[in-house]
Formats: sequence, structure tokens, C-alpha cells
Amino acid sequence: MRYDRQIKLDEVGVPGQEKLRNASVLIVGVGGLGCPAAQNLVGAGIGRLGLIDHDRVSLSNLHRQLLFTEEDLGKSKALVAKSRLQQINSEVEIDVFEEPLSIDNAENLFQLYDIIIDGTDNFETKYLINDACILTEKPWVYASIYKNEGQLSVFNYQEGPSYRCLFPKTTRQNISCEATGVLGVTPGILGTMQAAEVLKMILGAGNVLSGKLKLINILSGQDQLLNISKRVEEIEKIKNEGIIPVRIECKISDESKLYLDIREIFEQPRVNSGKVLQIPLSELEDRLEEIPKQEEVLVFCQSGKRSKKVVDLLKAQFEFNNLINVEGGVETIIDG
Amino acid sequence: MKVTVKYFGMIAELAGKTEELLEVPSGTSAIELKDRQVRRYQIQDPESVQLAVNQNLDNKVELNEGDEVAFLPPFAGG
Repeated sequence: MRYDRQIKLDEVGVPGQEKLRNASVLIVGVGGLGCPAAQNLVGAGIGRLGLIDHDRVSLSNLHRQLLFTEEDLGKSKALVAKSRLQQINSEVEIDVFEEPLSIDNAENLFQLYDIIIDGTDNFETKYLINDACILTEKPWVYASIYKNEGQLSVFNYQEGPSYRCLFPKTTRQNISCEATGVLGVTPGILGTMQAAEVLKMILGAGNVLSGKLKLINILSGQDQLLNISKRVEEIEKIKNEGIIPVRIECKISDESKLYLDIREIFEQPRVNSGKVLQIPLSELEDRLEEIPKQEEVLVFCQSGKRSKKVVDLLKAQFEFNNLINVEGGVETIIDG
Repeated sequence: MKVTVKYFGMIAELAGKTEELLEVPSGTSAIELKDRQVRRYQIQDPESVQLAVNQNLDNKVELNEGDEVAFLPPFAGG
């Protein structure tokens, strides 16, 4: 039978398998971390799995996000992941949310699950997960990667410390795997370890990494386990004030020019200086009158591709001859 | 007295090493050691960097001979 090899373990057994079947887990971000976490939990027979991701599969995802194939390029990550995971195990119930996690949906979504897995790649969402987990009293499994290093911990588990206890202050240097580079195995290992922490919590087996920060270095092979102290004031602050949004911001290099940022509001880094009109592409059609026609406007997005389409379209159809595309995207116009 | 300092994430890149043995005046606190290394390696956003002394995340202690101090920056890749 399907689960025979794990039921043989003393830590699982028939009662443990029943616990897994009755458990539900939400994975925030179906990328480098989320793919291996999802595969392992579905294989193990978790009862219900939620997948939230607004992103689409791109070619540079394929070396580490092993749920996806070349045929999936351009498709919704959450939807593709669901169909592939159902092929692995049709007994698992899988919910899909093709939207970003936000201050508006986080608490309602988290209420529906027992445990949350952080598969995200930015500080804003990690603090959002942290705060929403405190408010909904759910444990969450954290992982982060910088090049060949990883951090792993379980937060908000049985009155344990939170992410704000570890890092009460964040940094503006939000560096993604896309920017620094990463071996596919690194998120593969971290995401699999996240799934292991979930299994331990559900089965009541072993030592859950609560109050501990595990540091992994893929190259040196040297791991460390540090003790995290609880900062009660950081947790009470969230209980009293609700979610405190964290925004990673940056400054524009040339503050004399007028810019138009057409990125959606969840895209980072946010620009907080200079003259920048922020009109997300999804709202652009209804807000065209906000764009001046008399002076030069530099239009940017993340990479320069969407902004080029916008500039071409607005020139051709609405006589915006004052628009210039920022080739190379936001990184080319900010400091640092 | 001598203390072992370990660097993680981008701090290891700024320092050009993952570990070093430092001679510091006796009575040096963890925060004083942090200030010194922040200036030496021009570490960005020092208030976000957490220290672990002998595997315990705690900035507020006085250091002793042979202590191990880890410098941990937050990072968020995934």
C-alpha cells in the first residue's frame, strides 16, 4: 500500500498516518522552496494542501522548481503545481489561490489551515506571514536563502519565538535568488527540510526547530544551530496593533526627472523618492489622464519589457509622444 | 583576550572570510565588537544584523576569552 514505508516507522504508524490525513498546510509561494515542500507533503499523504502564488512559470525557474516542465512556461504556477501534485497523489485535496498574499487576505486564508509554509523570497511577505500567524495562532516554517547559505526555523509554535524576535529590524537589501544566483539543490534541501518540520509537528515526533535557527552552508558542509530568545514585546505589539506592513524602499538616482512606475504594488523594491507616478499596469487604462503629456516621462517596470509595450501602445493609440522606456527596468534607475 | 568571529551571508563577502580569530580588550561587549566590525567591513544596515554569542542570539552580553560570536544578516531569497 501507498504509505507502507513510512507507517513502518515508530514515529508514524497507523495513528500517525491518520494525523497526516487530517492535517492541512498552506504553502505561500510555489517556487524554489514551495515545490519540494509540496511534493514531499503530497507524497506523505497530507490531507489538504493550499497553494498561493500569483506568478507564472518562466524558463529561469526550471533549474530549481522541479514541479514545472518546459510545457508549463507562461502558465500559472499554482495551477500547474496542483495538476502535477494530483498526479503524484490524487487522495490529497489541493486548493489553489492565484493571487499575492496581502494584508487583506492573509488572516482569512491562514484560518483555513493548521500550518503555514513560507516559500517566499522577500522580507515584506515574511513579516506579513509572521504577523498573520500571530493573529491567527498558527505555526509557520521559515526558510531563506542567500547564495549557498540557508536559514531555517519554526516560528509561533507553542508560544515559541516569532520572526520579529529573530530580526526585529529588517534591511533594505532585499536580494533575491534571481539577483544573486543559486544552485537548484539549495532551495531543494531547505524546502524539503521545511516539509520535515511540518511532518514533525503533525506527528508530534522529534524536536521541532522552534526557538532554534538552523544555518546551512551547502559549500562548506558546516551547519550551525543557534538559540533564539523570545521578545515578548515584539509579539504583543502585533497582538495589539494587528499586522504591521513592512515596505522595502529605495531611492531614485536622478530626482530631477519624472518617472512612471507601472509595476503592481507588490513588486519590489518600491521607490520612495524623487518624482514617481505609481500607476500599476492593471489600472493604467482607467488612469491615463493622470499621465502628463507636456513633459518627458520615463516609464519603468521590473525588467523593461512591460514598460516597452506600454510606451509603444500609448504612443500609437493615445498620442503620448513624451514617453521614454527605461530599458533594463527599475534596477537601472535606483541607488545601490 | 581572543574571540572567534563567524560571518554569514553578505557579511562574509564583505569580510572576505567566514571566520577569524580577533584580539579584543578584556571587558569588550558584544555590541562594541559589532560596532568595530561594522566600521572595519563597512557593513550596511547594521541595526538589522543580529549577533549570536556562543550560539545564543543575544547582543547584550560582555565577552569572555574564547567566546564565539556569529554575525547574522537577514536575507530573504527563496
